[in-house]
Amino acid sequence: MNGTRAVVLGAGIIGAACARELALAGAAVTVVDRGGPAAATTSHGEGNVLVSDKGPGPELALAQLSRELWPTVLTQVAERSAEGHRAAQAAEWDPKGGIVVATTSAGAHALARFADSQRSAGVRAEPLAPEALREAEPYVTREHTAAVHYGEDAQVQPAGAATALLTDALAAGAALRGGEEVCSGVVRGGRLTGVRTTHGLLEADLFVNAAGPWSGALAARLGAPVGVEPRRGDVLVTTPQPPTVFHKVYDADYVGSVGSGEEESQTSAVVESTRAGSLLIGSSRRRVGFDDRLRPEVLSAVAAKALRLFPSLARVPVMRAYGGFRPYVADHLPVIGADPRLPGLWHASGHEGAGIGLSVGTGRLLLHLVRGEPPPVDAAAFRVDRPAVLRPRQYQQQETT
Amino acid sequence: MTVPAARRVAVVGAGPAGLSAAHAALAAGARVTLIDAAEEPGGQYHRTVPETYGPQRPVRLQHGWRAFERRRRRVLAHPRCTWLPRTSVWALEQPQPEHEGPPRLHLLCAGPADGAGRTRHTLDVDALVLAVGAHDRVLPFPGWQLPGVCTAGAAQALAKGERVAVGERVVVAGSGPFLLPVAASLLDVGSRVLEVLEANTAATTARGWGRRPWELAAQAGKAVELAGHAAVLARHRVPYRTGRAVVEARGDGRVEEVVTARLRADWSVLDGTRRTLAVDTVCVSHGFSPQLELPLAAGCALDERPAPRCGPAGDGGADDARKSGRSGSLGAFVRVDEQQRTSVPWVFAAGEITGIAGAPSARAEGAVAGWSAATGGSTPRDPGRRRALRALRRSRDQGRAFAERLARAHPIGAAWPGWLRPQTVVCRCEETDYGSLCAAFATEAGSASRVAKLNTRAGLGPCQGRICGPTVAELRRRFLGDAPERPAEGLPRADPHRRPIAQPVRLGELAAPSAPLTDPGRRPEEESSS
Repeated sequence: MNGTRAVVLGAGIIGAACARELALAGAAVTVVDRGGPAAATTSHGEGNVLVSDKGPGPELALAQLSRELWPTVLTQVAERSAEGHRAAQAAEWDPKGGIVVATTSAGAHALARFADSQRSAGVRAEPLAPEALREAEPYVTREHTAAVHYGEDAQVQPAGAATALLTDALAAGAALRGGEEVCSGVVRGGRLTGVRTTHGLLEADLFVNAAGPWSGALAARLGAPVGVEPRRGDVLVTTPQPPTVFHKVYDADYVGSVGSGEEESQTSAVVESTRAGSLLIGSSRRRVGFDDRLRPEVLSAVAAKALRLFPSLARVPVMRAYGGFRPYVADHLPVIGADPRLPGLWHASGHEGAGIGLSVGTGRLLLHLVRGEPPPVDAAAFRVDRPAVLRPRQYQQQETT
Repeated sequence: MTVPAARRVAVVGAGPAGLSAAHAALAAGARVTLIDAAEEPGGQYHRTVPETYGPQRPVRLQHGWRAFERRRRRVLAHPRCTWLPRTSVWALEQPQPEHEGPPRLHLLCAGPADGAGRTRHTLDVDALVLAVGAHDRVLPFPGWQLPGVCTAGAAQALAKGERVAVGERVVVAGSGPFLLPVAASLLDVGSRVLEVLEANTAATTARGWGRRPWELAAQAGKAVELAGHAAVLARHRVPYRTGRAVVEARGDGRVEEVVTARLRADWSVLDGTRRTLAVDTVCVSHGFSPQLELPLAAGCALDERPAPRCGPAGDGGADDARKSGRSGSLGAFVRVDEQQRTSVPWVFAAGEITGIAGAPSARAEGAVAGWSAATGGSTPRDPGRRRALRALRRSRDQGRAFAERLARAHPIGAAWPGWLRPQTVVCRCEETDYGSLCAAFATEAGSASRVAKLNTRAGLGPCQGRICGPTVAELRRRFLGDAPERPAEGLPRADPHRRPIAQPVRLGELAAPSAPLTDPGRRPEEESSS
């Protein structure tokens, strides 16, 4: 790719992963962000690297590719420089595994069926007998009906992970331009050849839209709108606790709410501890546009569901809450690939709450697509010209009727 | 004909500003809910010794005690007042954009600040007065994390509230007139105060206080109060030294000695002036940090006030500072207008969150805010009331002039980071050191405030950056310049004071449903039993 000029629009974790792959492959990469790197969606999430919440299909394949890449990528980053070493440390890679717990008999059946199908797709999903669950998670509710252990689930500190990827991209020659906003595109001969920013004209051979929940609006500015919208999620953080939660533990109905598109608020329990001892408690999903106002009743619902999983946490103080906007696509699949309407424009977005985990696989996949090589996973499902991306309104109407 | 219902006003904070706001709002006919985390009104200033301790001489303990006591009784006994002690406002919920009115208050009622058995309530009012005050600002120095180093405010709270001495051999150090009453309180409970150290040079302080001295006449009460404390110090032969600071604390497991040093006007250390002194306690205060989480949660705009330049500056200190761009900022305060209105409709602010000016000014601001909240800021028809309001505003304006002078006389010198070493702890909760912070700011890919915070953990611990937040923000500014960080659409600007959960709330409390306090005038326990 020597000589190829690439501009990555968005310095979140997806932009960082794409910039890293392109720069390591020899492209001259510039990363542009209107704010600071990793300061928006990336640093307002939980840091999930999950295979457990995905059923067989293209997204699971991308998750499996990413899960395989993560430890290698972080080792490479750490070995490249002292700065990279520090950043890789801050990524807090923790292959702790996940445990999904069902609390109703219907939930137990659904979980068993789901785990079965995942196993057929190569996921390690082991049912846990009550004693085994108690041993793995001594404080989890006794009122459960089934539990499955997912040994491949892992966790990162998302801002640190993004810093690590971007630091490595910069070490490979990429340039970072923060505080610079893209205003419009420059199209010559039907091809996107440049973007006008608040700082001037930026020309390149290819442009990657990695602006997360803002990528719908950014693509519209470039003349090729895509159906990516914000969906808000809130997370509670407790004061540091002695070790009480050992895996990423979540309620079986989390899987259902990940896949839902309802506008009204959805909550389900996801509980895990961080290296510093705080517990992270999620999660909610609300389609409220870019509305950042705190909704105590949403936090209350999240807390109530978490206590159903871990009743003994009732006296633990919550000291912080944060919320972020996740890039939502109506069919719940990311958008990765070339825009057929505007040559020169590529998209890497729409990962909703899974973007942290899927970032490294997305970067690798994008590189293959840009080079025209056979991709490591089937990318057809992520293509841009599908109804949910190009005609989101009609798609949603059809879905609901 | 129907009588219009009295306006419902919530006052958060029952210190001098809040109590005064409640008093004025009641006088103007409002129904008032007065909320404070403490058992008794008074705030940090009129901190009261619990009745069980039976203080013999409260009048000697406190300035303006009688007036405070009178106001306290009047407010609490008023039939239109609901007093909610031991109540935290843990969140403010902004209304829908089209909805008029202040945010909804989310309360945790009746229980010690972090205790069990609290109940969650909501409160909707017509107007909200925020009078939540300030806490000590403490700059880091090597060893400040050792047991035995405490904030001057904590030492005074123990002395005034529980008659407990924090130590036997104590140095009081930092900057500002607050050092004097703290030292006096410590002497009062039997500590031996070895020295009181004001970091600013006598020249800086004199220049700050000395400009247009006639403006100070209105603050005569404050001067008398300070003179009283100074006399106590003199009687106990406690030396008060200017241009000297504690630049290091040392000890094995707790403070055993401090290193003090002479400072230049910019707080850089003069070589050859270090002295060690055996102590068991150091009380530090470098001024005050306004408690801005609730104003920010309500959406109030802040004003960033540039710090006056230290050192041999001309008349226009603040302008010089802006030009040089190096001496940082005095910090942010809530922006208010003549009526104490904030930028958010029906939210008013009074006291230290609008500027550090002391109790007399806070009382005047509180009264103006209480009146405005209860009446919408209309001019009273009664000429006596009109005169009284004018006098209050005058007193408030004098207080603001005093605040500005105070800031000029006791600025934070720009060179204080020179005291730090790479391994000096900056965030005590998470033990983040200065070296890691510098490395984070120097990492191009990780220098955004929020990202540096997550990667170093500075400010993520139990105090949620209340102590280190402004310090980390200032260190970052020094490293990366003043350019403001642009937030993405929908996300708030990075601010060291932003804490959407303003007070810790237990998971069980949060999970339980909340009941609205529908009628201010009744206490939650009555409500639940009825």
